[in-house]
Amino acid sequence: MVVLQGKSASKGVAIGKLCFYKRGSGEIVRTQVEDTGAEIVRFESARMTAIDQLKGLYEKAVEEVGEEGAMLFEAHQMMLDDLDFVEGITDLISDGLNAEAAVSDVSDQLAEMFASMDDAYMQARSADVKDIAQRVINILSGASGGGMDSDEPVILASDDFSPSETVQLDKSKLLGLLTTGGSDQAHTAILARTMGIPSVCQLGEELSESFDGKDIIINGQTGEVFIAPDEETTERLTAIYKKEQMEKKLLEELRGKPNQTIDGKNVMVYCNIGSPDDVDAVLASDGGGVGLFRSEFLYLAGDDYPTEEEQYQAYKTVAERMGGKRVIIRTLDIGADKQADYFKLDHEENPAMGLRAIRICLTREEVFRTQLRALYRASAHGKIAIMFPMITSVWEVREIKRICESVKAELREEEIPFADTVELGIMVETPAAVMVSDRLAKEVDFFSIGTNDLTQYLLAVDRQGKGLGKFFDAHHPAVLRAIKMAADNAHKAGIWIGICGELGADVELTELFMAIGIDELSVSPASVLPLRSVIRSIDTTKNKEALLSKLMAEDE
Amino acid sequence: MATTTYVITDPEGIHARPAGIITKAAKEINGGITIEKNGKVADARKMFAVMGLGVKNGDTITVSADTDENLEKFLDVLRANV
Repeated sequence: MVVLQGKSASKGVAIGKLCFYKRGSGEIVRTQVEDTGAEIVRFESARMTAIDQLKGLYEKAVEEVGEEGAMLFEAHQMMLDDLDFVEGITDLISDGLNAEAAVSDVSDQLAEMFASMDDAYMQARSADVKDIAQRVINILSGASGGGMDSDEPVILASDDFSPSETVQLDKSKLLGLLTTGGSDQAHTAILARTMGIPSVCQLGEELSESFDGKDIIINGQTGEVFIAPDEETTERLTAIYKKEQMEKKLLEELRGKPNQTIDGKNVMVYCNIGSPDDVDAVLASDGGGVGLFRSEFLYLAGDDYPTEEEQYQAYKTVAERMGGKRVIIRTLDIGADKQADYFKLDHEENPAMGLRAIRICLTREEVFRTQLRALYRASAHGKIAIMFPMITSVWEVREIKRICESVKAELREEEIPFADTVELGIMVETPAAVMVSDRLAKEVDFFSIGTNDLTQYLLAVDRQGKGLGKFFDAHHPAVLRAIKMAADNAHKAGIWIGICGELGADVELTELFMAIGIDELSVSPASVLPLRSVIRSIDTTKNKEALLSKLMAEDE
Repeated sequence: MATTTYVITDPEGIHARPAGIITKAAKEINGGITIEKNGKVADARKMFAVMGLGVKNGDTITVSADTDENLEKFLDVLRANV
């Protein structure tokens, strides 16, 4: 077995035979032309043919990878119209050079210019210039493009693939893509990711043509390539491969479908995220929104308070990328098991019940105001909702709302834009909040149940405590009844209620949650589709009464 | 000659496709339009030259045209695309 290490370009495992991509010779003939006028006409006609071909490729790509992935071929058409490109070539031809060589020389100069730019995106464009030039040269010289020479599906390798080569490949025969050069920013990598084809780039010369035809396994996630893998490696990666295929199948079946029960009840299935980077996973797993964006990462990453601008950029990024879908951001939840030194919090004997979360915000109003300003400013860029953790009393919520109003007035004064309606909600994660949920519901727009803390406080069991495992029962009727009580009070007041703790993804409880009337479940991105599949199999008219009467029964 | 500055708001800056769109518009307007960034000047009709400026989000570019009217036409294109 030979193991090669490259750079991940598109994740996923592929298993199959290695096949090297075949190309024409690529040699450019240089000749002196007499009739330069006719040579210019020959070039112009090839250029027009190339633009026509690209129109066709654009349409093919729209079908295969969608508008966004196809835009490149539109850009290529525009590049072929570039004045410097066209004039540079016609000037060389006028001096007596043949069209093929003129195209090659001018494109080399342009490719060189892009390669020397200090921006990864622009550097990668030198491949586009070579790609359009190659197309024109092929048309001029009557050569056909290369191809994959195989009847069975293969993992295709080359030094690099041009974008048009990638899109022209027969996808039904393509298991994976390997390049010795390339980059994870190149369009080939982007197209591979869009099409879900595992790909590794920058493998270097060690990926030699002597391996052509060998059995290989690639892991797009780690950038590893195993040539003639041993039994153990094969077994390990086959397991990953099978899991991925199952998830993919689920995704394909469920993507875009509603989270709707058999009897037509809709549930919002959102995602919990911890940083703006997680939005990729939310979109990939078809999450309907962000149900819990933990803002702690901003506070735990540095050694000082994050500035308003830093926070604003992070919230804005998520709001924009979620494109109008609801993004619920939880204000800082520092304290207890999440500590940041610069807060200089006193050592506490019992931090779970100490100065944490909203209690810090209502004690150090300046810290709170900075975060609220950032949140309201970001609300101009998407559908942001704000959620406050660790609420126990109505006065806290009224105080929060007063501060929010004052922050809004400040922004208005400074003529900084923000959304008119930003939903405000609270975490229901203390027994007190459950007991006064009827009153709290009149103050806010939504509830979200934090089942982890709620369970810990209701059962008086530390969830990280040693030897307490059997006492920490997340399915304890006290927890489930508390959820029902909060839900009933929410609905009485006409607001919606969600669950953002770990129980939200617990499919053993999904039917009960539907019976209780939970409106939203916020789970990790990976749980969205499995949960959707369970929701779609439930008929709430069947067991609703039985489930609820069992929950409320006097006898266990 | 009319000149003004413009701040890029597209997160990706002037990428290939927007560069193609604005150069096409500059050709149609045909008003001697140029784009300048950090002392480098590009003919706005030339896609590769415009891309070669490496304009990123938040960058300020200086735009010139032969008349106020042509400048305003081109600014509309910029506002809609970058």
